[in-house]
Amino acid sequence: MLTTLNTGSPIASGQPVTDAPPPFIHLKGVRKVYRQRGQEFLAVSDATFDVAEGELITLVGPSGCGKSTLLKILAGLHGHDGGIVRIGNDRQPFDAGRDIGMVFQQALLLKWRRILDNVMLPAEILGLPVKESRERARHLLALVGLAGFEDKFPYELSGGMQQRVSIARALVHDPKLVLMDEPFGALDALTRERMNIELRRIWQDSGKTILFVTHGIAEAVFLGTQVVVLTARPARMAARITIDLPEPRTLDIKTHDAFGAYTREIYGLLGMH
Amino acid sequence: MADTAQATPGTGNGEAPRLAMQLGRMGPAIGIHLALLALWYAVTAWGGIPRFILPSPVDTVATLLQPHYNWGMHIYITTIEVFGGFILASVFGVALAVVFSWWPVTGRTAMPLLVTLNMIPKVAMAPLLIVWLSYGIVPNIVIAFTICFFPIVITTARGLREVESDLVDLVRALRGSRKQIFTKIQLPSALPYIFSGMRVAAVLAVAGAVVGEFIGSERGLGYLMLQVQSSLDTPAMFMCLALISAIGIVLYGLVVFGERLFVVADARLD
Ligand SMILES: Nc1ncnc2c1ncn2[C@@H]1O[C@H](COP(=O)(O)OP(=O)(O)O)[C@@H](O)[C@H]1O
Ligand SMILES: [Mg+2]
Repeated sequence: MLTTLNTGSPIASGQPVTDAPPPFIHLKGVRKVYRQRGQEFLAVSDATFDVAEGELITLVGPSGCGKSTLLKILAGLHGHDGGIVRIGNDRQPFDAGRDIGMVFQQALLLKWRRILDNVMLPAEILGLPVKESRERARHLLALVGLAGFEDKFPYELSGGMQQRVSIARALVHDPKLVLMDEPFGALDALTRERMNIELRRIWQDSGKTILFVTHGIAEAVFLGTQVVVLTARPARMAARITIDLPEPRTLDIKTHDAFGAYTREIYGLLGMH
Repeated sequence: MADTAQATPGTGNGEAPRLAMQLGRMGPAIGIHLALLALWYAVTAWGGIPRFILPSPVDTVATLLQPHYNWGMHIYITTIEVFGGFILASVFGVALAVVFSWWPVTGRTAMPLLVTLNMIPKVAMAPLLIVWLSYGIVPNIVIAFTICFFPIVITTARGLREVESDLVDLVRALRGSRKQIFTKIQLPSALPYIFSGMRVAAVLAVAGAVVGEFIGSERGLGYLMLQVQSSLDTPAMFMCLALISAIGIVLYGLVVFGERLFVVADARLD
């Protein structure tokens, strides 16, 4: 059993020599077992996929299929019980203690801080230079469409706007990997669609590698360069599908035949016809 | 982005209309207090109730002008006891809850003991405290302290516990230290809880101090209350009650003021 979470030295990674650039994230046969009161519970098994640098990969599956668990393993918050987890390569080394940005279903803003200071939180934790970070935070608030809201308090913003702030917060320390766990799951359907388009734009502007977890199949197909399909009971990775849809992705690609074919395929994989 | 259009930055209400609005909202509250005073006066003026049962508000206030009561000294003593017990309880209560949160094993061990000790009616402990600490303001401060301590520990501990685990994960993923988690997230998010515990304690502190004065004291409004009772001086008894309440109201007001200062409106617990 080989388990590494390294910063990507070529020797340690033991990459086979090929022409293709080494992946930014490499998962192979990743397994996670939770133990509770002597009971073992398999939360993730067989997770095997690669993510290239700058990809927006989506993870889709029913609740309980281990999506959040997989993100926590990638964030270094949980260990795993088998398989290989490797992030970074020699061209793009990955510092596990600083290169992670996270967005959750709830925006989880600090109620007592103004918006700009909320965005600053990761920079403070990492002890980054204040002046540059504040500049960056302002820039990111503009990127997520919230220029002018720097001095507001979270309660003055709608749910969708709060979630934009949390996206800016996830980017402020310029991490190489952004993990998003159902970030739009608590938003109403229209705001959610708008945020999907926004996220594609933010992703393209920032060039980040993003892992996006959702239980919305259409959302997964619309956003992802690849979709990883996970099933529950037993927790297993069912498939990895590369999404080839016309760019730029606008809402009308949802009416494309190819879009329908992808969603049908995923419904099928999840046992829903 | 239509959802950004719901609020535009940089708008704020003028100060003057806000003050007027607040006064407007407080109008009914002030009104009902004045109405009660008026009713009190009316009953005493035309109700034919003997003065030693129910003195009029005028008689009550008039006692303030008689120097032999020595109001200033008694107010001073009771205030010291109430504020002293309350402040000590706030400082040690919050500190203990922080210890419990930092080393959970201490909380698991000591909390059940605290719950048991809290079952002892503090008021019933007063005679014993007076034996231990002798007469004077010290035992009364201690009684006020013991009565305030528990609600502050409980609410603070709860506030420190109810921190969003995803938020802690976010900080941990960046290798944030425990101290950073504590100072940047845990403690500020516990502040509303701390203030809500302090509001409860502010009311209890007054009761604690005055009971101490009833039982063994030579000074303070509780002591004075017993003194004037023996001569059926009801107006002075009413005045004692009014002043004791006033001390409680001032303390409570200060807590609320601190809460407004340090806790953003949206996060306050009611
Ligand atoms: N800390 C934990 N201890 C025990 N079981 C857990 C823990 N976290 C998650 N699980 C279980 O693992 C399974 C996968 O959870 P999760 O990764 O949160 O799924 P998802 O995010 O896809 O809904 C669930 O059945 C959940 O109950
Ligand atoms: Mg989840």
